[in-house]
Amino acid sequence: MTAILDFLQLHIEMVYIVILSVFLGIEVISRVPSVLHTPLMSGANAIHGVVIIGAIIVMGKAEADNWLALVLGFLAVILGTLNVVGGFVVTDRMLEMFKKKK
Amino acid sequence: MSGLLTLAYLIGSITFIVGLKMLSNPATARKGNLIAAGGMFIAIIGTIFLYEENGERLHNYGWIFGGLFIGSVVGVLAAKKVKMTAMPEMVSLFNGMGGACAMLISIVEFDHLANHNFIDLARFFKEVVGPGLTISGDIHVGESFTNPAGKYLIILLGLIIGSISFAGSMVAWGKLNGKVKDFSFNGQHIMNLLVLALIVIGTAWLLFDVHHAYGNGELFVGNQMRGQGIGMKLDVQQAGSIVHILFYTVFALSLIYGVMFVMPIGGADMPVVISLLNSFTGVAAACGGFLYDNPVMLTGGILVGSAGTILTILMCKAMNRSLKNVLIGSFGAKATSAGGGSKEQGNYKEVTISDAAVMMRYAGKVMIVPGYGLAVAQAQHVCHELEKLLEEKGVEVNYAIHPVAGRMPGHMNVLLAEADVPYEKLEEMETANAAMPNTDVVLVLGANDVVNPAAKNDPSSPIYGMPILEVELAKMVIVNKRSMKPGYAGIENELFFQPKTSMLFGDAKSVLQQLVAEVKTL
Repeated sequence: MTAILDFLQLHIEMVYIVILSVFLGIEVISRVPSVLHTPLMSGANAIHGVVIIGAIIVMGKAEADNWLALVLGFLAVILGTLNVVGGFVVTDRMLEMFKKKK
Repeated sequence: MSGLLTLAYLIGSITFIVGLKMLSNPATARKGNLIAAGGMFIAIIGTIFLYEENGERLHNYGWIFGGLFIGSVVGVLAAKKVKMTAMPEMVSLFNGMGGACAMLISIVEFDHLANHNFIDLARFFKEVVGPGLTISGDIHVGESFTNPAGKYLIILLGLIIGSISFAGSMVAWGKLNGKVKDFSFNGQHIMNLLVLALIVIGTAWLLFDVHHAYGNGELFVGNQMRGQGIGMKLDVQQAGSIVHILFYTVFALSLIYGVMFVMPIGGADMPVVISLLNSFTGVAAACGGFLYDNPVMLTGGILVGSAGTILTILMCKAMNRSLKNVLIGSFGAKATSAGGGSKEQGNYKEVTISDAAVMMRYAGKVMIVPGYGLAVAQAQHVCHELEKLLEEKGVEVNYAIHPVAGRMPGHMNVLLAEADVPYEKLEEMETANAAMPNTDVVLVLGANDVVNPAAKNDPSSPIYGMPILEVELAKMVIVNKRSMKPGYAGIENELFFQPKTSMLFGDAKSVLQQLVAEVKTL
């Protein structure tokens, strides 16, 4: 318990970010017309691809003889990139169609 | 963290917020997506070249760029190639990749942390604390013994959530493209809860073990000679191996849970599930933010986590179902019992293509209600053709879009937009319902439950209370379906048996093509 409290104290700034982001996310989404639900979900999907940064860090600090870290890290980078790039491109494709209407 | 990297992360975070905000408005949506993508690019490049840990830059650039390259090429190809109707599958697949990424990060970080820490501890007892329990080396009190339970917790959370999201998304993906069938057995909910409980227990056990081992270490250093040297040495080694076993057990259980969680949920509920898993992955990414003290991962992840949850709830609301119902899947079970033909089927009348064409050609106002059938038949282009044709002949044509028509909320809009249907022609449910009484002909294309009047006037119906398009208020209704089979909810639709309704059987695409040909001759 104390360990978790210590951890909390150590990361109190992050805890604040979390709380504020939760409300921000709710605020941003709750006024969305249903037309945009699918593109929005897809866009949000691309944004959580930010996890790629963690993969890059794992990969980048893996020692040359640590095969587990190298292989899994490499895989993580590929999958994370797929999430980011694929997500943004798909979203753009969906939204491109909205543009053409005029 | 260098100042420049801090700036890059700040820009990244801001673009995510602005991007999401702009994505929620049709006029700015595309720009918003590009802005978020730009921010992501800056954050990634910044990480690669500027990230430092203990004063060391990252290495293994070959691996990193190799991975980025492979991922980008495959990602772009997949995203460009996918058909508009298969979009939900694609989102699910990409979501699963993100979950898997979080999962792998957790595995590597755990391996690193556990080996590093426990080896450290063991060495401490072996080398520093000599056989006679005399201190013979340097002790950095509190340094090598910062209790890492919090860090383990974050790693475990990332692992559990990431694995569930990955496994669940894969099943959802398989269900949407028809490769995986619904599967449930008696007592599955209890089974699921049991697995979930085991995951929680395993996590708690692991944390307790870590805490205990470190507690011993701290105690020893604090009291120097008063520990029980040999016993503790054993403790630490034991804890080290137990922690490994527990970690991989929790990992396996999480994957199993992800599969079992999605397995019994019906294919038509997948959008809700995908949206939920989407927010899960967001939270998993945020765990990474905690782990690396990384603000951009944290903001991005949490934003998606909370926004995704709200989106999930909005979707459920549009279907008038509680999230709990979707997840427990009682809907399907209830529907089959309720739809078992308690009501007499009655008579329906069919209409020929040419009659239907005449009805629409000489109507003043036509409302098209597209549904799942249109999406499956990929009939959006020919649908637009029919609409243009009718408009040229002076008929006012609009589309009534039910919030959950198609496979995902908003899916219809995307499909129709792909076929160049003007945005203004798409009417949301409220506006469309207000216009129904003045509408001469409603053409229902492969929609069923969303136009079922039972939702309004039959309290015993499983869909009772769901907002519907009130097409029965129009003067005439033409329903295009492949057969008289009930829709997803598994219940009869009394609309089909009303005197003003005519049925037009066949695949949406071929029926529309024939209608176009017919209207041309009129």
